[in-house]
Amino acid sequence: MNTILSIKPLLAVLVSLLVIPVLVSSSDRPNVRESWIFIAGTITLLIVLSMLPVILDGNQLALTLFEIAPGASIAFRVDGLGMLFAIVAASLYIVTSIYSIGYMRGLKEHGQTRFVSFFALAISATIGAAFSANLLTLYMFYEILSLATYPLVTHHQDTKSMISGRRYLIFILGTSIGLVLPAMIYCYHVTGTLEFSTAGIFSDQLSKPAATVLLLMFVFGFAKAGIMPFHSWLPAAMVAPTPVSALLHAVAVVKVGVFSIIRVMTGIFGVELLSTYNLGVVVMCIASFTILVGSCIALSQDELKRRLAYSTISQLSYIIFGVALLSPQGLLGGIIHIVMHAFGKITLFFCAGAIFVATGKKYVSQMSGLGKKMPFTFTAFFIGALCVIGLPPSGGFYSKWNLILGTLEAEQSIFMLVLLVSSFLNAFYFLPIVYKGFFEKSNEEDENMPVKIREANLCLVIPLIISAIISIVLFFYPTVFVNLIKVGLAI
Amino acid sequence: MGMTDIIPLIVAKYNYWLFVVLMMIGLYAMIAKNNLIKKLVGMNIFQTAIILFYVSIGYKSGATLPIIQNVHEGHGHAAIHAADYINPLPHVLMLTAIVVSVATFGVAMALAVKIYQRYHTLEEDELRMRLSEK
Amino acid sequence: MNNYPALIVIAPLLAALFAGLAVWIEDRLSYYIAILGLAVSSFSALKVLIQVIESGTIQYKMAGWDAPVGIEYRIDLLNAMVLLLISGIALFNLIASYKNVEQEISDRKGSFYTIYLLFVTGLLGVTATGDLFNLYVLIEITSLTSYAMVALSDKDRGPLASLNYIFIGVIGASFYLLGVGYLYMKTGSLNMMDVADIIASQHDSSTVLVGFILCMIGVWIKMALFPMHVWLPNAYSYSPVAFSRVVAPLMTKVMVYVMIRLMITVFGFEYIFNTLHLSEAVVWLATIAVLAGGVLALAQDNLKKILAYIIVCEIGYMVGGAWLGNQSGMTGAILHLLNDALMTFALFLGLGNMVYMLGKVKLNNLQGLFSRMPWTMTGFVVAAFSIVGVPPTCGFFSKWYLISGAFEAGAYHFAAALIISSLICAILFFKVFEICFFQSSPDLQGQGHGHKFQVMAEAPVSMLIVSNLVSFSLIVVGVFSGTIVKTIILPFLQGI
Repeated sequence: MNTILSIKPLLAVLVSLLVIPVLVSSSDRPNVRESWIFIAGTITLLIVLSMLPVILDGNQLALTLFEIAPGASIAFRVDGLGMLFAIVAASLYIVTSIYSIGYMRGLKEHGQTRFVSFFALAISATIGAAFSANLLTLYMFYEILSLATYPLVTHHQDTKSMISGRRYLIFILGTSIGLVLPAMIYCYHVTGTLEFSTAGIFSDQLSKPAATVLLLMFVFGFAKAGIMPFHSWLPAAMVAPTPVSALLHAVAVVKVGVFSIIRVMTGIFGVELLSTYNLGVVVMCIASFTILVGSCIALSQDELKRRLAYSTISQLSYIIFGVALLSPQGLLGGIIHIVMHAFGKITLFFCAGAIFVATGKKYVSQMSGLGKKMPFTFTAFFIGALCVIGLPPSGGFYSKWNLILGTLEAEQSIFMLVLLVSSFLNAFYFLPIVYKGFFEKSNEEDENMPVKIREANLCLVIPLIISAIISIVLFFYPTVFVNLIKVGLAI
Repeated sequence: MGMTDIIPLIVAKYNYWLFVVLMMIGLYAMIAKNNLIKKLVGMNIFQTAIILFYVSIGYKSGATLPIIQNVHEGHGHAAIHAADYINPLPHVLMLTAIVVSVATFGVAMALAVKIYQRYHTLEEDELRMRLSEK
Repeated sequence: MNNYPALIVIAPLLAALFAGLAVWIEDRLSYYIAILGLAVSSFSALKVLIQVIESGTIQYKMAGWDAPVGIEYRIDLLNAMVLLLISGIALFNLIASYKNVEQEISDRKGSFYTIYLLFVTGLLGVTATGDLFNLYVLIEITSLTSYAMVALSDKDRGPLASLNYIFIGVIGASFYLLGVGYLYMKTGSLNMMDVADIIASQHDSSTVLVGFILCMIGVWIKMALFPMHVWLPNAYSYSPVAFSRVVAPLMTKVMVYVMIRLMITVFGFEYIFNTLHLSEAVVWLATIAVLAGGVLALAQDNLKKILAYIIVCEIGYMVGGAWLGNQSGMTGAILHLLNDALMTFALFLGLGNMVYMLGKVKLNNLQGLFSRMPWTMTGFVVAAFSIVGVPPTCGFFSKWYLISGAFEAGAYHFAAALIISSLICAILFFKVFEICFFQSSPDLQGQGHGHKFQVMAEAPVSMLIVSNLVSFSLIVVGVFSGTIVKTIILPFLQGI
């Protein structure tokens, strides 16, 4: 494995950052502004993809920017995992930016320039987190992302969004400053380094109790991952406009949380140390609890976006669950679920947003009969649901299959039950919506409502079709991502 | 240390004890008095105590003013014994300190005058009451 | 021998003289003289810093007298950095302040600039000097000028706040003077290096101990270490904003510098941490200061007061860091000295812009500020995040060193206090931001519903440029904190 010095990771981060002044200066020309977003997104994706072949060959790209203290620097390193996450974030950013044009204009939202600027900042931070070479850099981008998302969550600037924003900050900032920061500095204090390495940074400085406490501080501290009891910011954050919920609260933000936990478990502690101390099981229990409880709560939600939010909470824990299995198959299944869930869930959110823009409806109970009027949207919804439940022919099947194999491999077959039960629950809370849409009669049809409901505008429909198609394609061709994981973790 | 040890200690270093007492008087006035002018007087006593302290550390028993007379060029140094003269340095320092304290006192007095012109009182509690009404 | 070290201090002093005189000729002239004086001073400070980094400590003998008889300016890496910090902040603040001064104290501009320059002269002198008594005199010069400044603007509350400030200031300075007296009794010298040499063999002397404690108490009072902080919030919030902007970041920080200087150069680590066993108690005191400052800030409803209490909290950071007794802690304290001066300056620059546009800065005056003054708020937000400690702003990195120092020393309570205070600051600033973001300004209320178009009413460009420049410097200093530590702080700490 070679480490190659490269400026590309920095460029990938900077593009979205540098486009912000351009966006602000073209605030009175929306079309110009939006084309800039599109250009920036495309460039970012191209830069990310240009690194792909090198990474797949088993190399790493690295760039150290500033050394803060010996062993703690602000530095980038692109490996398989980071690459995987960056591809997902960058590609979905383009799709989402098309979608958000349709959504924001469709609803005539205010402050669109502010919205797209902070969106670009959030993406920049996400890519930065993906390419971080050490915990310090990761933490930095994690915090920037938290703060950049705040104005997006509270976009409507009303009392409801203020209260949600408050909850968002308390959970996200409170845990990252209160738990991650001391844990990180303690790691540095003990080992003198924060650099990720597959062997972990601890040799034998940690006793089991200390390791347990430290690991728990990280797992709960990265609250973006939505591990219970630090999950309730996510449903609250659903007050945000749907593109935010779609990209940030199904892909970028929440997965930065998950990604950070994965990095800490595989890069700071190292799989070996975790299995020596048998800490995987601890994390698995926490994750299982979140998976089951999240699914159960999702069942009871009538507001579609909230239902999706609780589903996200439980699905995120799948990823952590997989990693905590500490077996190659489990790691593979868990990490590839980042990709599968991203495409599946963003499709679902896109559909929720399209339904809202076209009909103004937010609640599941109002959606009877809409499927006939919005066939594309509801078909996409169905595919997205399949992907999240984990049924073929969707990408979700691949990850869940590997997760189940992982439990067998790690000889934790009891936990297999968790996966199975939760998949049933997933089916229970998603499929009725599809059924309602296609097969139930609309209540309003009887009343002869004058408003004619049809598909939302093209800017909304195209992205959701694209992401739905990719969800299916991933079932047949997951190879690139599988290879990235294998390269990244050397399994 | 019993009482019997303390008394000789006080007697031997009576000058220092005097400054401590003066300082405490000043400090008491600054903290406990309600009238701003009384506080200022306390401040002055406090500063004076320190000045006296410095002056007295330059003192040596049996020594005289550090004005050196009868110094002949070339071999004058041989005739000078430091023990014969009191240390002038602390005194010189205190000239500066006095200037500082006078300046501070001046500023403080000016402020007190301003306050009196505006509120016609120098009692602190009354001033606070007036200010909280605003 | 070049004369840059003297020029740093002399330039603003001369400028003060001429600025005072120039008022008789032309009002604006005194402003330009002040700018010139501080520019010369900053330039000299920069020269000196480069020289010290390249070729080590400079000893400048005033009027050619040798130490210990004469007064010596001894400039090493630490005070070279602080000198540049002081003169730079003073210069930038002056550039930003022109309009503020016009607005607040238009009738006494000349005296403002004169006192301002004298104040800066005092601070620079305190930092440059290597003589204990000279230090006292210069501290009193800074104090006297700030007494006058505090009384200058708010005619109702100013004089009383200033008078109370004088009482406490005099007590602090007197304690310090008394401590110096004790040291003089024992050593017969006032030159710091000389005193240090003699003390090195007198570690068990009770006179030295008393001298040390008195000096420390004096300095702590002057730097507003909790619970000796009561004078600070009133003094800083009633003075003209052009002055609070320079006194808030600099005065307390220079006193922290004096504390560190006394600890390192005069008494030495050996004496403080091995002979005396005070460090644990002082770290506890600092812990309480950090927490109390934060909690008191939460209780305020005026932005000026909030920021003033944040200073009280930050003082605890530096005192605690310096007293942890290890290299990380001291590095953190010195780095935080630099960072905190810049962050506080950035915050107060934002505050100055708000005061200029709004007049009052009670929390409910700040409604809709994000749309009314977006540029001011950008700078302010960055500075606030730096106080909270969000990377890559500089506040994070000094906190990093402080917390690792606390872990190293086993002072977990101090580490916890630092983290809790970060959280408190986050709550504090988001409380402010919520008002600025969610509530629309009162003059727009009642004009229909929904989202109103808010007219931008920004501060003058000169103020905006300075405030955003300083905020940007927080990030630059942050990412280069490794370089600063490596070229300035570590060589300084290893050189002693």
